Amino acid sequence: MTNEVLLDFNNVTMQFGGVTALSDVSVKIFRGEILGLIGPNGAGKTTCFNVMTGVYQPTQGSVVFNGSDITKLKRFQITQSGIARTFQNIRLFSEMTAVENVMVGADARKTSSIPAALLRTKHQRAEEKESYDRSMELLNLMGIADRASDAARNLPYGYQRRLEIARALATEPELLCLDEPAAGFNPAEKQQLNELIFTIRDRGYTVLLIEHDMSVVMNVSDRVVVLDFGKKIAEGLPSEVRSNPDVIAAYLGVPDDAA
Amino acid sequence: MPDWLIVRTFWDLTVTGLALGSIYALVALGYTLVYGVLRLINFAHSEIFMVGTFSALIASTQFLNIPMLEDGNYPYRTGGTLVLFLVFILFAAMFISGVGAVALERIAYRPLRGNGDAFGAIALAFLTSFVIGLIFVNETKANLIIACVGTAPISYSYLRFFKKGKKAPRLAFLISAIGASTAIAEAVGIWGPNRREQYQTPRILEKKVLFSALGTDVRIDYVIVIVGALLMMTALTLFVNKTKLGRGVRAVAQDAETARILGVNVDLIIVVTFALGGVMAGGAAMLFTMVYDQSRFNIGFILGVKSFTAAVLGGIGNLKGALLGGFMLGLVENYGSAVFGGQWKDVIAFVVLLVVLMVRPTGILGESLGRARV
Amino acid sequence: MSRLWELWKRLQSLSTDVQVRWKSMSRVQRLSGYVLAVLALYLAPWWPKIPGIGWLVNTPGTQFSTVLNDQVIIFVLVALGLNVVVGLAGLLDLGYVGFYAVGAYVVGVLTSQHASLPWLVVLPIAVVVSMLFGVILGTPTLRLRGDYLAIVTLGFGEIIRISAKNLDWLGASRGISDIGRPPSIGPLKFGVIDPKPYYWLGLTLVFLVVFCLHRLEESRVGRAWTAIREDEDAAELMGVNTFKFKLWAFAIGAAVGGLAGAHYAGKVGFISPDNFPLQLSILFLAAVVLGGSGNMYGAILGGIMVAWLPERFRNFTDKRVLVFGIALVLVMVFRPEGLLPRRVRTKSPMKSASGGQEVAQ
Repeated sequence: MTNEVLLDFNNVTMQFGGVTALSDVSVKIFRGEILGLIGPNGAGKTTCFNVMTGVYQPTQGSVVFNGSDITKLKRFQITQSGIARTFQNIRLFSEMTAVENVMVGADARKTSSIPAALLRTKHQRAEEKESYDRSMELLNLMGIADRASDAARNLPYGYQRRLEIARALATEPELLCLDEPAAGFNPAEKQQLNELIFTIRDRGYTVLLIEHDMSVVMNVSDRVVVLDFGKKIAEGLPSEVRSNPDVIAAYLGVPDDAA
Repeated sequence: MPDWLIVRTFWDLTVTGLALGSIYALVALGYTLVYGVLRLINFAHSEIFMVGTFSALIASTQFLNIPMLEDGNYPYRTGGTLVLFLVFILFAAMFISGVGAVALERIAYRPLRGNGDAFGAIALAFLTSFVIGLIFVNETKANLIIACVGTAPISYSYLRFFKKGKKAPRLAFLISAIGASTAIAEAVGIWGPNRREQYQTPRILEKKVLFSALGTDVRIDYVIVIVGALLMMTALTLFVNKTKLGRGVRAVAQDAETARILGVNVDLIIVVTFALGGVMAGGAAMLFTMVYDQSRFNIGFILGVKSFTAAVLGGIGNLKGALLGGFMLGLVENYGSAVFGGQWKDVIAFVVLLVVLMVRPTGILGESLGRARV
Repeated sequence: MSRLWELWKRLQSLSTDVQVRWKSMSRVQRLSGYVLAVLALYLAPWWPKIPGIGWLVNTPGTQFSTVLNDQVIIFVLVALGLNVVVGLAGLLDLGYVGFYAVGAYVVGVLTSQHASLPWLVVLPIAVVVSMLFGVILGTPTLRLRGDYLAIVTLGFGEIIRISAKNLDWLGASRGISDIGRPPSIGPLKFGVIDPKPYYWLGLTLVFLVVFCLHRLEESRVGRAWTAIREDEDAAELMGVNTFKFKLWAFAIGAAVGGLAGAHYAGKVGFISPDNFPLQLSILFLAAVVLGGSGNMYGAILGGIMVAWLPERFRNFTDKRVLVFGIALVLVMVFRPEGLLPRRVRTKSPMKSASGGQEVAQ
């Protein structure tokens, strides 16, 4: 974990009609760290993701990434700036194969377009090959390369979750946002996920993680931010946050499965 | 639409524009209701309207035995008889359109939701064997016989298919709607009275001038149209706001799953929604025939697009919006025709639609049916 | 009923047998197979003469080669183009007849009404102008939700028709006559009577379009379109510039539609606004949907069916539109994917050149 601020979430307020989903939330994410974002259901965690990735425009506040203000950018531009994400409910392109799904992510960095595809220029062919190679490499990293040519909807659940991560990584992000990646996993799979997240960080990515499962979050995160009712109520090391009375109160007792 | 708009003054245009707009508004209600509840553009709704006009026509000529007389010698009725006749025609149109809408839902949409029922299976089987028969022979009586023969075995296998409960993607609903719309219009064009020609109605209401104001003569039929539309609109609003079924409609429009969990019979609500839309279209149809004295198998399409425009203009899913949108569109169309010429009338509606969608995709009043700002 | 089902199943197993046999053939064998198929297609005008089975394809009442050109090839081209918009990118376009009309009218205006340029020169102009219309229509409207897009495109088609009807410089209701024909080269004479050269020209255009579209599909463009169709928001969050690709789909679809219109005008020599009614848009859509939206070969099959069937069974031409309306409903109820559903490509993208396995879904 470095001291360089990668993402600066500045006093963000997000209102939908009469509902305030986020209220003056400020979070700094440092390059190279794994930051856990926790809080009871409805606290605003996914809303944070959505603001960061451009799904919502904040009512107030700004998001500064790598020094530039990305608040007003279009979603695909934000992805091209270097933020990628997975989804709480898996949103793969179900009819496409696993490797094609990842290639869509890899395409984010490619420049050849319609005319090049029609003419099959050298540049375009090189980019296709590069996309494919990189996608297979990511599938290998995720351990799911054995089913690269299977349609995404035919993959087992664990594979699908990992495929989403591979696809996000293919966009060559600097910040990877994982939305409840451990949902539906058994303890062994959660352990594998923990190791995977460490591997990702070791490769140079910064990770922001929403998770309900304390055995994942507390073990993997360098720091933890806690939200409740749209406000940030605690921030710090996992051990500090765990014993913070406000946090305990918000959850009415932190679950005992933090192994 | 016939070019009876040979009016020149601004207030003339306004009165006729409001009358025209009333018809748009009533049909728009059907679109907005179905869209609010099912997120589906019921393309075939315009044909439900067209069928309503033909019901009105047939009701007058066949059931009330009103003769078709020549220009200048209309079979006018007055007083109590007139009211009775008009009401009869109104109910006939509303009934047929309402039933038609319900049947349409069962045949073209319900199977796509995964709960096709026997009625739908039988109807689709009938249509299938009719079409297959056409490959071999093209004579209506023969085709009908073939169709009846084929219905039984085919409907059995269709029902088996329906049991699987396959749900179709959203695009499929739209295409099915388009298919139904085309089929109904063509069917009327092929077998309806006067085939593809214009069909005249007997005129029983003498279009006397009711009063004069602001330099224009206001005819009684315009007044009836506008007042009638407002009355029907009020009745619908009361139904949706005050009755149990109406609450169900609003609930399903907002969140079908939750409504289902809370015990609302979603399928019944959907039927009610279609029925309401159909009844409104039937009312519009009767008023239409009263003013225009004619109909044709293909009037549905252009009127449907304009009414849908009106619905979007006012805010899709919003009942008051449909009314507002309808009036606005009627006025804009009239004024526009006066400025640009009648032949560009239809283009005006499309351009208005495009502009509105660009500037305010949620429409003027913007809210959806579920939010009870009705 | 069950006999029909058995026949269908038999056809399916036959096709899988053929597919298996095909894969086991060598490259040379496959190449000669393709060549034979292409040759057979160019020889299509003589199919009805084949003893024994020729009668299957023949169209009583109209000369077979006229049907082939005036209807089948046109519908195939149109279906290919509309398939890009509706099937690949998932945009519901109900006014495709507008682009078709633009292509035809550009040819009409530049070869007859206001200039006398040769047809061959005007052809690319027609395609470009149609493409431009596609961009003009798409830019404000592609941000709209799918349902709204349908109505707006429908309006566009009608605006084109009404404008053609009311504008004198487009010929108004009279239409445009004496439209230029493709240039006669050697033995190929593009005259008034023989439709065969037109058919061959059209067929060549089809091959060209198929080639280009195939290249697009097997590239990041095709992937982007599929991603947009499946989950537009997720695609955008994965870095896909959805607006750009949707606009391109629209433009390409428009270009192909204009191409079809230009070819049509070059053959018939006379066009009027009545040639481009809304019902034609419905027929076009029916062709794509019935054949299999999203599948290029499905679109071709759909185009063939929609154009040829009513002529083959001349009986029900007056009920043609009715039948297609009913067919749309039936197909949506029982087989929304169409006859040839979108292929789930289980082959690796890099191996597509040498032909991997394709499993039809």
